[in-house]
Amino acid sequence: MPTTLHIATRKGVFQVTRQGASWKIASAHFLGDNMSIVTPDPRDGSLHVALDLGHFGVKLHRSRDDGATWEERPAPAFPKQPDDIVSVDGFGKPLPWKVTKIWALEPGHASEPGVLWCGTIPGGLFHSTDGGDSWNFVQSLWDHPLRKNWFGGGADLPGIHSICVHPANPKHITVGVSCGGVWVTRDGGATWDCQADGMRAEFMPPERMGDPSIQDPHRVVQCRGNPDHLWAQHHNGIFRTTDCAKSWHELTNVLPSPFGFAVAVHPADPLTAWFIPAIKDERRIPVDGKLVVTRTRDGGKSVETLRAGLPQEHAYDIVYRHALDIDAVGTTLAFGSTTGSLYVSENQGDDWQCVAEHLPPIHGVRFG
Amino acid sequence: MPRIVFTPNVQRHLACPPAHVDGDTVRAALDAYFRAHPRSRSYVLDEQDALRPHMVIFVDNEPINDRVKLSDALRPSSELFVMQALSGGSR
Repeated sequence: MPTTLHIATRKGVFQVTRQGASWKIASAHFLGDNMSIVTPDPRDGSLHVALDLGHFGVKLHRSRDDGATWEERPAPAFPKQPDDIVSVDGFGKPLPWKVTKIWALEPGHASEPGVLWCGTIPGGLFHSTDGGDSWNFVQSLWDHPLRKNWFGGGADLPGIHSICVHPANPKHITVGVSCGGVWVTRDGGATWDCQADGMRAEFMPPERMGDPSIQDPHRVVQCRGNPDHLWAQHHNGIFRTTDCAKSWHELTNVLPSPFGFAVAVHPADPLTAWFIPAIKDERRIPVDGKLVVTRTRDGGKSVETLRAGLPQEHAYDIVYRHALDIDAVGTTLAFGSTTGSLYVSENQGDDWQCVAEHLPPIHGVRFG
Repeated sequence: MPRIVFTPNVQRHLACPPAHVDGDTVRAALDAYFRAHPRSRSYVLDEQDALRPHMVIFVDNEPINDRVKLSDALRPSSELFVMQALSGGSR
């Protein structure tokens, strides 16, 4: 059973530990600072956090002693934008080559200690081989002609929020983009293919609804034990692939709503996944004011609603894309909400315990 | 020699002590400061070397005009105040 949770919030990062039969907040760091991501690296025990300092820009800090001390490391940055290049997004809006948010930070493969991948708004992907001491811009993805189709989804500009490292192949990386589809490299980032066939974008004119390069997967996760299986909580529904993103299939009849941001997949059973639904599009509140988690155990043929321990009246919690996590064995789940509530389930979502109700808005939850 | 002073609010993140620096433009003065205090660069400028959107620099009590090339001229007696703008503080 896991014993530590790391929580990134709008006003600091918190460590939550299992004490006896319950989970308690054990420490707080960077109080008052906007934290966009927290990422524990199980390979070396380091802990990485991304700060979004409104005035002073995005920053990265790393701890190698469980948060006792922190050191600022360089944040990823775009190369100099040539004067003769006009950079716009898919809608023609200016897209400066400037990192405005660190939106994904993932350890590389176990066989590549020190490798980190970082996704940003406005859509730059970065790669580190030294544990975050320096970053290389993945020019190949940025230069891909279809990248210029990307546009913002929620945020003003497009962004990379999901990075899945194939458990059997360190060079096989799957990336989720809002809005820009799902992108796959099998050669460590030298070449990329957009692989979102089957996804459906209601926010586009009818003839472009199926365009892979403008899809809005809110979150993409990969089953570690069966990595051909990935799940995507998309702006317009829940999609699943069983052929490593070559084709995606939409779940139908998902109640109470197919809209949401977060998804978690069981680490060994690719048919089991969890979601946290809300009313689409811009309203973004739980259906009927009831906070629920949904779960499928059969690859999406059926979806059950889990509500034991969750507030069932006047609850307006939204759970962001990085704020739901599952432990390494697939038993314990945790999620945090925009209203600062944190919940843990130790039986796959059947029952939930409220750990905190008054944290700042929660951006990210990770077991570590 | 122009003098640079930083907002006290940045000192929580890193030390940016006041300093006298060579330079006849805002760019030249900042570059001189950043050579001595390299970590402070990314707190003031973005990766395209423009002033961050929610930062402001006053030269002799007036905000600079050129936020991109930082070409505003300095006198040897100029004082630069590197401040937070009130925008961008709602996070």
